[in-house]
Amino acid sequence: MEWQVKREIKSLRHLLLGIFGVCGCAAVLAGCGQKDEDTIVLRVSNWEEYIDQGEWEEDEAIELENGTVIFGENSLVEDFEEWFFETYGKKVVVEYSTFGTNEELYNQLTMGDSYDLVCPSEYMIMKMIEEGMVVPYSSEFFDGENENNYYINSVSPYIKDVFDHLAIGDKILSDYAAGYMWGTLGIVYNPEYITEEEAAHWRLLLNPDISKRITVKDSVRDAYFAGNSIYNEEFISREEFVNSADYAQRMAEILNATDEKIVNAVEDVLSNIKDNVYSFETDSGKADLVTGKVLANQQWSGDAVYTMDQAEEEGVYLNYSAPEEATNLWFDGWVMLKVGIDGDKDRQMAAEAFVNYLSIPENAVRNMYYIGYTSVIAGNSGDAVRQYIDWCYGAEDGEEEVAEYDVTYFFEGADAQTNEEYVIITPEEQVRRQLFAQYPTLDVVKRSVVMAHFDKEGNERINRMWTNVRCFDIKKWWERLSGSVGGKR
Amino acid sequence: MREARFSRKQLALPYALFLLLFVILPLLVVVKYAFTDAEGQISFYNFIRFFQSSKTIGTLIYSLVVAVLTTLGCLLLAYPVAFILAKGAYVGRHTFLMLFVLPMWINFTLRITALKEILTLLEGNLALHPFLNTVICMIYDFLPFMILPLYNSLSKLDNSLLEAAADLGARKRQILLRVVLPLSVPGIISGITMVFLPSMTNYVVLDMVYNSTYIIGSLIGSYFSSYDWHNGSVVSIILLLIICAITWISNRFTGSEQERKAGVSL
Repeated sequence: MEWQVKREIKSLRHLLLGIFGVCGCAAVLAGCGQKDEDTIVLRVSNWEEYIDQGEWEEDEAIELENGTVIFGENSLVEDFEEWFFETYGKKVVVEYSTFGTNEELYNQLTMGDSYDLVCPSEYMIMKMIEEGMVVPYSSEFFDGENENNYYINSVSPYIKDVFDHLAIGDKILSDYAAGYMWGTLGIVYNPEYITEEEAAHWRLLLNPDISKRITVKDSVRDAYFAGNSIYNEEFISREEFVNSADYAQRMAEILNATDEKIVNAVEDVLSNIKDNVYSFETDSGKADLVTGKVLANQQWSGDAVYTMDQAEEEGVYLNYSAPEEATNLWFDGWVMLKVGIDGDKDRQMAAEAFVNYLSIPENAVRNMYYIGYTSVIAGNSGDAVRQYIDWCYGAEDGEEEVAEYDVTYFFEGADAQTNEEYVIITPEEQVRRQLFAQYPTLDVVKRSVVMAHFDKEGNERINRMWTNVRCFDIKKWWERLSGSVGGKR
Repeated sequence: MREARFSRKQLALPYALFLLLFVILPLLVVVKYAFTDAEGQISFYNFIRFFQSSKTIGTLIYSLVVAVLTTLGCLLLAYPVAFILAKGAYVGRHTFLMLFVLPMWINFTLRITALKEILTLLEGNLALHPFLNTVICMIYDFLPFMILPLYNSLSKLDNSLLEAAADLGARKRQILLRVVLPLSVPGIISGITMVFLPSMTNYVVLDMVYNSTYIIGSLIGSYFSSYDWHNGSVVSIILLLIICAITWISNRFTGSEQERKAGVSL
């Protein structure tokens, strides 16, 4: 018995030795494979499925009117490494990883994970700027003379203007962040059951006619925006208010308010919404809309495009609406992290080059085609983006019901006069469908608001509000129970 | 012999380390967060707020009700099944047991997805009966966890005891209530602990059947995902205390049961 135990221990020790040995060898081998000193390692973290990963089918090639053919053979990351070597004569290796939510990314960073370049959403960018986690882009990055600076030369003037006007303390967002994708927050709906007029207001979420057949995003910020818009609907829709000189600024203040009074009011609105909706969902809404379980769905514009595409394949035609009171203008952007860059000029240069490479209009098109969201890149009239819109949404010759759809603001700025070149002739239905979701009209962006990062108290308040909405409301239940019992008597 | 004992200790070391690293240390962290505020000061404020808010109390009660109904449902469904499986005189008993345990091998999200479609077919719209659907899916999910311990304790039950009871003139109902049921209490208790506690926190089921009301597990998850470690820890600790209380009570039950059994054999 004793001997047996001893022998077992011995063989166990051998086993352990073996395991350690193998691990050790592997570590040494991995060490040998490591790149030499000149190679720049760039650690990038992006949303899941948020970049063209190549391997397109041959018939997927996009042939634009000007003869350019856009095709994703390799992933954009691999293409970047090649491009960087050809352009700058230096080797770069991108360590690409992904995250699922802004909070997840932030937590990873506070737990000590280190990246050089990450792509969070607007409010998280603001939070990170405020906490001093990011470094500004270099002045070379903004030098329009350099033709390799694709970002500054191709970014939409409208988006640039939005970035320029977002201040975090004494810092300007556009110094720290380069845009990637953008869009609006709206409602995807089935026009067979819901009219355009009904879907044009956030109060659709409270409509008893479609009780239990509508979903809302399971996200405090998105739900809060809708609830706040419903609460303030009357005020922010008033003509004097809409026409007032400081409309945009006051809209931003109202829809970003987190004081006690407004949060309590929105809590009531959202409690009623909770009783009316099918569910608060994170991902199931798209499929449920296609199968017809629900008729309408709060959604981000990029997902809306995807949902409408999917539904179309099943023979269901859905529309998108950006409510008339207000819509949330959201964007994701690239920021460089202080811990990662750490004063390393080469690495910062590589990070900026990565952003520039993604901003080459042809690459922006590849991304847009692959992930269905809208790039902040506009380029100019001869460029791929304008042509791509036409390729996607332009009316066929001889099509009868067509509409003129003006997107001048995106290419030339919100104050620009209509430029015929940027008026898309499109099938009439696209005015309410994918084109509208992908490139909203000027009046939609005029009533859009960027939802900022809330301060600590505000954040706590809306989180508590959301917990209250989601917890079981025992008082309401009791009132309803005693009410129905009383009613029966 | 002494050497062998020493090495047994050695063998226990990995698990002890595991316990320390992944159970005790995290627990200490949770306790620390629960009793401090954002500034790191010792504070009971979060505890007080939990019990002052009718909303969080509401959700605690809601989860308790879900858990009680799930456990009762499982018990009522599982007991006859386990009894037939253990005491039924027919061939292929093991095959039948397999048939009941087999669902456990299939991922539960898959099972719930299937059940969801069936419920949609029956009800038309799942969102009309969120509470009912939650309880049904929970019972479906946890049923095997109730059957197995019951089957175990019932199959160990000595048949001669039943025969003796019958010889002494007990009717079938009396045998069941006076002999079988008391002797299977340990099985019932372990079944209850295996079903009751997880069903208080299994919020995936609620998400899947579109029940937008939080149970206690979702509440913890929501605090942690908005990086509110303090409140998340408070709710975890409260849950932990409930678990401790239930385990303590059930241990007393089984303890006294064993004593009684010991008394019988004397």
